[in-house]
Amino acid sequence: MSLAETKIEKRQDVRPQGWNRPDLIAESGDGELLEVAMGPHHPSTHGVFRMDVALDGERVVRLRPVFGYLHRNHEKIAEGQSYLASMPFTDRLDYVCPITNNWAYALAVEKLTGQEVPERAEYLRVILGELTRFQNHASTIGFLIQEMGASGTPLMYAFREREKILDLFEELTGARMMVNYMRFGGCRVDATPGWLDRTRKVVAGFSGFVDEFEQLLRSNEILMARCQGVGVLKAELAVNAGVSGPMLRASGVNYDIRKVDGYGIYNRFKFRVPLGDHGDVYDRFMIRLLEMRESITILNQALKDVPGGPVMDPKARLRGFRPKPGEAYGRIEAPKGELGFYLISDGGPNPYRYRVRPPSLINLTVLEDMCLGHDIADVVLIFGSVDIVLGEVDR
Amino acid sequence: MQTIEEIKSAIEAAIPGAGVEIVTNPSPSGQHSLRLAPECAFAVATFLRDDAELKLDFLSNVTGVDWPDKEISEKVKVTRAVTKTVDGVEQSVEETVEETRKRTEPGYLEAVYHLYSVGKKHGPVILKMRTVNRTDQVELPSLTPVWRSAEFQEREVFDLYGIVYTGHPDLRRLLMWKEFKDHPMRRDYVEPDDFEYEPTAHDEVLKRAQAQKSRDQRSEIRDQGSTTA
Repeated sequence: MSLAETKIEKRQDVRPQGWNRPDLIAESGDGELLEVAMGPHHPSTHGVFRMDVALDGERVVRLRPVFGYLHRNHEKIAEGQSYLASMPFTDRLDYVCPITNNWAYALAVEKLTGQEVPERAEYLRVILGELTRFQNHASTIGFLIQEMGASGTPLMYAFREREKILDLFEELTGARMMVNYMRFGGCRVDATPGWLDRTRKVVAGFSGFVDEFEQLLRSNEILMARCQGVGVLKAELAVNAGVSGPMLRASGVNYDIRKVDGYGIYNRFKFRVPLGDHGDVYDRFMIRLLEMRESITILNQALKDVPGGPVMDPKARLRGFRPKPGEAYGRIEAPKGELGFYLISDGGPNPYRYRVRPPSLINLTVLEDMCLGHDIADVVLIFGSVDIVLGEVDR
Repeated sequence: MQTIEEIKSAIEAAIPGAGVEIVTNPSPSGQHSLRLAPECAFAVATFLRDDAELKLDFLSNVTGVDWPDKEISEKVKVTRAVTKTVDGVEQSVEETVEETRKRTEPGYLEAVYHLYSVGKKHGPVILKMRTVNRTDQVELPSLTPVWRSAEFQEREVFDLYGIVYTGHPDLRRLLMWKEFKDHPMRRDYVEPDDFEYEPTAHDEVLKRAQAQKSRDQRSEIRDQGSTTA
């Protein structure tokens, strides 16, 4: 029996009504749209995230992100427990950068109560915060390159450095990732002189790593061909859509909360804010690389003169902590973007309202705008360049 | 950065009858907010974004707050005539009695917006809006046409608090699934009872099943008025 003789019965159309929207079908193709659900178990979605993509051939004509697979109502849980009890829970938001989550929460509560932070604690916060930013950017770049097909090498290089940083975290806080390090009015434990020495030694090796990393990737032909001109985000749209962090700066908008708010002691350090001109995937990749260099500059300045003294304000209250009624919004420049906490106190031991402003979720607002008109293979890259963690997107 | 009073007068000068009120914040953060009347909120938001002085082009945070019905009991002194028997003669005597009176302050849902300026690098300016009540009049104007960043965040507020944003381009649940009833972030939300299914529910299980059923009905009635998406 030849193939031609095989009779294939016409399949029944089981597609939902109205799927074939003529306004979405591009003039080129054959007038058929293919709907693909990328995720929730797609390796490039960094967790359980789904994109409902409509394709005309290989071209994306519609993209709808679907959230909530990891939703556990973090905010509701936090409203049912004391202020301090939420501190370890913030580690689980963006589990790649727990230190900055701690910091943002501590900052918001300190704003709410007017609590001051000792000098030494501020230095430790900056050191740990910049180490976090460094390892986040390194592994983000590693993952981005891996999604492009370079499986292994760059990611392993990044993870080698990340491991050194996590060892430092473990030595200081007792945990590699779930650090639970900050308190309202300081930090939980003090750093020993030995820890500071080891940190200096690790930081001294960073610039060699960044040089190597940059040499490996920067002018790679495949990387340039795949990333340049892909997923362009215009500055006006980026600002209007609340995009923050490296993504906003890659679009050429000079807005770094470390500079604007000068929270903590950031206004004492000299560092530059790298900006992109094109707002494409390549710029977002380069911005992260350049920010890693700036992090090294800040780390070197901060590690030079860490003052002595306590790491906790002796007047800070841990037990029986009841802020006076009022509200506060505190935000920091987390590695992913603007991480904010909005708290309302009614004078009780639990926050009346506890809100996390997740940079990952809000940066995804423009995902469809960036992907439209590109191939499905580029969606993976564009999505990877946003840099999200699902623990924070779904909360 | 202008003070909150200056911002208020600037809004009132640009939009007559805007109905802006200052809500003071007693906390040391000193972040006072402006309460907008929902009818003028869209015009005020557009003004804040486009005004050359303020230029609040960056909407950072959108969230909801639930303020349920508050029962306030207060002691009131009441003077009234009481008939008393004094020396065998009935007399009407004025007497002052302390009485506890209860009244309920109706609850509402509140939407909060934190605005910053990327160009001028100032902020935050906080806007607040209130719904009429928590049950059937929960509409507020959507500010997504002014700031795109409200798109997902307003969907989240709609999902978790049940504020219905009129003028939102795509108002669906964000985190909960589409068949889900009720709004989990409300203060009076009760988790669905995961009692085991029994074909002939009796005793304890029957009671829990009935309680769950009446909760379902209540939320259905509430949703009928509000669900447009």
